[in-house]
Amino acid sequence: MATQAPRFWRSIPQRYNLSGTHCTSCNEYFFPPRNLCPNCRRGAHLEEYTFKGTGTIITYTTIYNATEDFERLTPYNLAIIQLDEGPKITGQIVSSSTGVKIGMRVRPVFRILGKEGDRGIIYYGTKFAPLLVSSCTEKKASV
Amino acid sequence: MRSVSIIGVGCTKFGERWDVSLRDMIAEAGVMAIEDAEIAGEQIDALYVGNMSAGRFIEQEHIGALIADCAGLSRLHIPSTRVEAACASGGLALRQAVLAVASGYSDIVIAAGVEKMTDVSTGTAADALAAAADREWECFFGATFPALYAMMAKLHMRRYGTTHDQMAQVAVKNHHHACMNPIAQYHMEITVEDVNKSPMVADPLHVLDCSPISDGAAAVVLAPTEVAGRLSECPIKIVASAQASDTLALHDRRDLTTLDATVHAGRAAFTQAGIEPRAVDVAEVHDCFTIAEILAIEDLGFVEKGQGGKAMEEGLTVLGGRLPINTSGGLKACGHPVGATGIKQAYEIALQLRGEAGKRQVDEAEVGLAHNVGGSGGTALVHIFTR
Repeated sequence: MATQAPRFWRSIPQRYNLSGTHCTSCNEYFFPPRNLCPNCRRGAHLEEYTFKGTGTIITYTTIYNATEDFERLTPYNLAIIQLDEGPKITGQIVSSSTGVKIGMRVRPVFRILGKEGDRGIIYYGTKFAPLLVSSCTEKKASV
Repeated sequence: MRSVSIIGVGCTKFGERWDVSLRDMIAEAGVMAIEDAEIAGEQIDALYVGNMSAGRFIEQEHIGALIADCAGLSRLHIPSTRVEAACASGGLALRQAVLAVASGYSDIVIAAGVEKMTDVSTGTAADALAAAADREWECFFGATFPALYAMMAKLHMRRYGTTHDQMAQVAVKNHHHACMNPIAQYHMEITVEDVNKSPMVADPLHVLDCSPISDGAAAVVLAPTEVAGRLSECPIKIVASAQASDTLALHDRRDLTTLDATVHAGRAAFTQAGIEPRAVDVAEVHDCFTIAEILAIEDLGFVEKGQGGKAMEEGLTVLGGRLPINTSGGLKACGHPVGATGIKQAYEIALQLRGEAGKRQVDEAEVGLAHNVGGSGGTALVHIFTR
């Protein structure tokens, strides 16, 4: 298989950080960053913005039959997550003992997304994990 | 703008056609349509062909020139254009042909669609189809087409109480219709239980909730309505041709249980035709997955938002019901050679309005609608036809 490196290793910092844009004219946030605001178009004032990363699962599925690149992961959970600032993104939900649910709160985690065979290039990016509110507070209390 | 009519139609058998090539199929469908219209090659002003991905499926591009060549028209040097909008490529080719005739620039124009998908492995075909989604921000994270529609289904179930049994009814109905269609890929009745027992692809969608990988081609011949009556015994008028777009990625949509592109194309089409959705007698809608047909009948205004599942349960859309949908068997059971689908829909509606649909004929069908979607809803086309 020919390497896809140029396509995915072109400088795409948003692969590794949830950084996008914020239009100060209409106050809408975008991920990935947009060069043109669909509301204000050329009247937009766009600034860079790094998302908090926390969000809510809007909908999800469990994939049993994937494309060749993802076959080794099946079954895996894929969801559309609405970030707290508003934009929605597609991402995998990693191990959740309680099961994935619509409305579940999640946080971003940095993970391997794909590999080009055993010796090929590894792709990294963002997946999401359940945000366990209770354990976070416990941790804070112990600190 | 001039009124446009269909004066000839042709369609190959859909299915796993290992014995024939893309070239064979497009020639077969084209010749059928030309013979049906009883026109000569010299009368053809232009060709449009919908094809999603011959580059990936058979490693052949430049499909415009290829189809003119295969159809024996190379020495006439007719302009031939390939158009692409993923699974809506066929509908888009029809619209380009309609615009060419309506504008007065061309008189006799052929709109065709073709896809040869079974020359590659299922994995390669699935990957080629995934190119209709957002490669960088959906597929890169592991999204597949069934997964995108599964996520729409999951939210529809949660919001409106739609059940998987109701979705399965779409597949049961379309398989039932396909049994009466000689060109359909599948001639087998299935039950809700069969759908539920088939392997899970992306929860809640099972294998039998998904349209298949298919080969096939279709073609229609268009002419100005003012001369169509002289050229054909039963011309079919195209009274509306509308197209709309939306974000490429599903996650960027306003609402994940509505295809806004369908809503906009549908509204524009009904306005052009000057009719209400309830005036439609028969429709072919884009059922790439069972949930997609439920969304389509809601988004086109045939039923209220959220009532699509219930309509399936009540048998509203089965042959003999108030609004028969996908009498061809739909994408689900007639097959889904992606570039050909939009033209096959027009072919089926033309047969229905001419009264030539055989066992699956809708009584006294006068108004028909075809709805073709690209990707997860980035493109939608709606055409309305009358006798």
